[in-house]
Amino acid sequence: MKILLTAKGTEWDSQMDPRFGRTEFFFIYNDETEKVETFDNRAIENEAHGAGPKTAQKMAEFGVNVLITGNGPGGNADTVVRQTGTKVFVGAGSMTVKEAYDAYKKGDLKEA
Amino acid sequence: MKIAIASGKGGTGKTTLSTNLASLIAESTAVVLTDLDVEEPNSGLFLDGKLIHHEDKFKMIPEWNKTNCTLCGKCQEVCNFNAVMKLGEMILVFPELCHGCYACSELCPENSLPMIPKKMGELKHFKLPNLDFIESKLIIGEEQAVPLIGQTIKYIDDRFTETEFKIFDSPPGTSCPVIEATKDADLILLVTEPTPFGLHDLQLAVETMKELKKAYGVIINRFGIGDTKIEQYCVENNIPIIAKIPNSRKIAELYSAGKLLYNELPEVKIELEKVIKFIQKYQEEIV
Repeated sequence: MKILLTAKGTEWDSQMDPRFGRTEFFFIYNDETEKVETFDNRAIENEAHGAGPKTAQKMAEFGVNVLITGNGPGGNADTVVRQTGTKVFVGAGSMTVKEAYDAYKKGDLKEA
Repeated sequence: MKIAIASGKGGTGKTTLSTNLASLIAESTAVVLTDLDVEEPNSGLFLDGKLIHHEDKFKMIPEWNKTNCTLCGKCQEVCNFNAVMKLGEMILVFPELCHGCYACSELCPENSLPMIPKKMGELKHFKLPNLDFIESKLIIGEEQAVPLIGQTIKYIDDRFTETEFKIFDSPPGTSCPVIEATKDADLILLVTEPTPFGLHDLQLAVETMKELKKAYGVIINRFGIGDTKIEQYCVENNIPIIAKIPNSRKIAELYSAGKLLYNELPEVKIELEKVIKFIQKYQEEIV
């Protein structure tokens, strides 16, 4: 299963990025292969409009099953996320990536 | 002559000036006041007019027709606003992000994105003695103010070719809606307040008006609070200070009761008359 965490960096101890659409990085953990892949999403800064759906589309390309973020996707991004069938967990905005993943595993994050 | 009342900072008194100025001018000359702050129009709170016309306003957005679509992705490539998106076997359209530019629709090789009308807001036209008042309002959830502002200005242009004074109460800020509301104006009145925020946003508004090559002047509202930096800034930059509306509790009381100011407060009327003189003088210069 692929789990995407919105992050401000590319390490397990990086801070989470509470934003979905304008997140700086994707931190994607595959819990079957135990491999991490990251994606630099910072080009999204240049998008004046529609950052949310664009990031959601990018996420869909990675074939993600679970999204862990801070505030949760907004309306337009949410439309895309729901189309892809990805489960969304929120409330991890002020954690590190590791803390957010652990909180998700323990069932401490709210499903949106 | 088109006069836009703009500000940069919100809450400085655009509507107060617009409604009072239009009403005072209407005592002698026919005038049209248009509230272009379509996200939250409020000039109507101060004007008790008779509704004479009401119409829905539409923007055109693409609608995906999957029949002939080959999922080539040209549509999302040409959209500057991420309003059209290919996702798997689907094309998603986000109507609120769409600027109605027709690019995806026109460039689709299979004509799979025909444009359809979508209601974005409503326009209302009220009549008062010597004063026509028009306001437009976006419906809830609609993000694009510019198309509605543009259509509202067109409504005025089509109907009031002879009216001497056309006043436009503009949205705050310096972004696209303000540009749309001010780009056709002959003269811009910038309303500000003597506070650091007022000065900061006035500077942005002045830069915007310079870029648009507009004639403009400043009206200081709530004069007497804060500091004198606005005046210094205007003097240093050769920007005319047209009037100074005093800060007073009485003004706030009348405003909160939805009343016009100048009938009860001669000190406000004097300042409004200065604004009218400034407009007339400008008008003589450009003729």
